[in-house]
Amino acid sequence: MSIATTLTQVPVVVDEGKCIAEKGCTVCVDVCPLDVLAIDMLTKKAFMKFDECWYCLPCETDCPTGAVHVSIPYLLR
Amino acid sequence: MKRIDLEFDLVVIGGGTGGPMAAVKAKEQNPQLKVLLIDKAHVKRSGAISMGMDGLNNAVIPGHATPEQYVKEITIANDGIVDQEAVMAYAANSFDMIQELDRWGVKFEKDETGDYAVRKVHHLGSYVLPMPEGHHMKKILYRQLKRARVEITNRVVVTRLLTGASGEVVGVMGFDCRTADFYVIRCKAAVICTGAAGRIGLPASGYLMGTYENPTNCGDGHAMAFHAGADLANLECFQINPLIKDYNGPACAYVTGPFGGFTANSKGERFIECDYWSGQMMMEFYNELEGGNGPVFLKLDHLAEETIGEIEHILHTNERPSRGRFHEKRGNDYRKQMIEMHISEIGFCSGHSASGIWTNARGETSVPGLYAAGDCASVPHNYMLGAFVYGRLCGQSAAAYCADTAKGRVDDGAIAAEQARIRAPLERSDGLTPFQIEYKTRRLVNDYLQPPKITRKYEIGLRRFDEVREDAEAMVATNPHELMRAMEAHSILDCAEMAARASLFRTESRWGLYHYNVDHPDRDDANWFCHTLLSKDAEGRMQMRKKDVEPYLVAIDEEERNAYQRLRVARSAEAA
Ligand SMILES: Cc1cc2nc3c(=O)[nH]c(=O)nc-3n(C[C@H](O)[C@H](O)[C@H](O)COP(=O)(O)OP(=O)(O)OC[C@H]3O[C@@H](n4cnc5c(N)ncnc54)[C@H](O)[C@@H]3O)c2cc1C
Ligand code: SF4
Ligand code: SF4
Repeated sequence: MSIATTLTQVPVVVDEGKCIAEKGCTVCVDVCPLDVLAIDMLTKKAFMKFDECWYCLPCETDCPTGAVHVSIPYLLR
Repeated sequence: MKRIDLEFDLVVIGGGTGGPMAAVKAKEQNPQLKVLLIDKAHVKRSGAISMGMDGLNNAVIPGHATPEQYVKEITIANDGIVDQEAVMAYAANSFDMIQELDRWGVKFEKDETGDYAVRKVHHLGSYVLPMPEGHHMKKILYRQLKRARVEITNRVVVTRLLTGASGEVVGVMGFDCRTADFYVIRCKAAVICTGAAGRIGLPASGYLMGTYENPTNCGDGHAMAFHAGADLANLECFQINPLIKDYNGPACAYVTGPFGGFTANSKGERFIECDYWSGQMMMEFYNELEGGNGPVFLKLDHLAEETIGEIEHILHTNERPSRGRFHEKRGNDYRKQMIEMHISEIGFCSGHSASGIWTNARGETSVPGLYAAGDCASVPHNYMLGAFVYGRLCGQSAAAYCADTAKGRVDDGAIAAEQARIRAPLERSDGLTPFQIEYKTRRLVNDYLQPPKITRKYEIGLRRFDEVREDAEAMVATNPHELMRAMEAHSILDCAEMAARASLFRTESRWGLYHYNVDHPDRDDANWFCHTLLSKDAEGRMQMRKKDVEPYLVAIDEEERNAYQRLRVARSAEAA
């Protein structure tokens, strides 16, 4: 296959100490309009899987434990 | 890729603003109707009003404005090319909708006497109603959806409509962006509410999702309407917005204007009389930006501390709340310096401008059983309240249509073809990525289609789009999410070509910067005082035709006709 993965620093960070995804929470994943968040199957924590963010903030606003922090994506900040 | 078959009477495509309203109103009209609201995102937080809204930009409230005044204002702002009956259908229902939203719990600003606190931003009349506590819009809509028992399917990307023997709508197709399951939904009618085509051009930052519009809105609705045989109107009348540079969101002069803020040049001087977004206003903005007086800024640093505090409260908690975060990182402080602005990439959006899927005053498109509301439809300058009003009209029209229509036969060949088209990128193990196709298309749009429009550049652009279309046949997706981006890239290519073809057809200049054609720099009313319609010909290619402007309901006199041509601040000899 002639496809490479280019690394990029994503704008959304989840505080794993606060995230309660292992208890069944998926709120941030549910609300993101661009569907770029996911739960890591190994760590059982939410994370940003795709660098396609509108910096709109539902994920941060709706998280019940305040675990999500959204920065403005690097290319435009 | 499992196939899921569903049956409904009415499918509403897009659950942002106009969509939920259409679904609720169809159910209210006929509670027996089976109504599905389907969205590629999650209806709880989808679309332009995901985080709420700063205010109503086009409220027609008794005592502040009349429907006739509003129709006149929009006719003039749009250089005369409007279907006044359709604008009137909005204006006449505007106040009723505000009162209904008020009853549902939406908070509008009111004065001491309890009257709506309407502000003046437009050139002629007063239509802006602030919503400083407007962040609960989506919650309120969701409650109404539940109350009306509308069924909801989230995370399904609708890609194509199915049409029957007489060209009428008989179904909707799409796929789940998490499982890639293929959906075939038989129905009698559909309402498209997929929002603007906001991902045609590339933001100056180069970040694909750094768009003005919610990037979910990439022109899927425009593309599916085209492929179903619908007419699209005035696509050469682009949307181009004045925005916070790089952040690419509203600055926002509608909010700050009534407080004394304004758009200024690098000398801190006002250069436009009116901050209402129109093609003429964008032309002045562009001239200032490029003409030696740039950059252009939002100026607030002359305002009192408490006024700035109030502005910050609205702008940094509502609509695009990350504005505050952006300013902080840049060291921007409204009190201390002006905020740099820039012009956006192009798009199609009747919410702010005037182009989209053609509809009449009942929300009907040219395809039987197909309706469209909001930013994707063609009623000009419709904004959020227009999406609600037309959502309601579409919901009601569609419910009435369903009552005397039987379900049509679906074409199995068309279903198989669409399933194969969607499946293809998943079946390849090598090829170009959706990111590459999308990035290149949008970069070419900036290079060749961003106004000023030049015929030769447009011709080159069209050739390059053809090349990318060929490349797109080799797109590969390694998971359902990438498949969503791949299918979106096809819609973006369709929209880019539509933008180019419509622009080449209208050989005059109109709507200020939106259709400033260097090879035909003057307005030519003798030949072009008309709408343009784009549709599919027998071979599936794009064709263009003219459509007469419908007879006016509200007369416009000669003096008023040119009001929007005089937006530049007149400088006296002493001041210069
Ligand atoms: C940043 C910003 C600020 C604004 N400020 C104001 C303001 O202050 N006042 C005002 O009156 N107006 C404002 N507007 C305009 C107003 O928000 C819009 O005109 C209105 O919300 C459009 O509604 P809509 O239903 O057409 O689109 P949206 O509400 O955007 O809904 C479109 C929906 O379609 C879905 N969708 C898209 N493609 C597909 C597909 N293929 N399959 C399934 N679903 C799909 C999306 O997920 C989304 O939910 C603003 C717009 C923006 C972007
Ligand atoms: S919403 Fe918060 S707690 Fe829930 S999964 Fe996301 S980060 Fe974790
Ligand atoms: S800011 Fe918006 S787009 Fe970005 S991850 Fe959060 S919800 Fe998704």
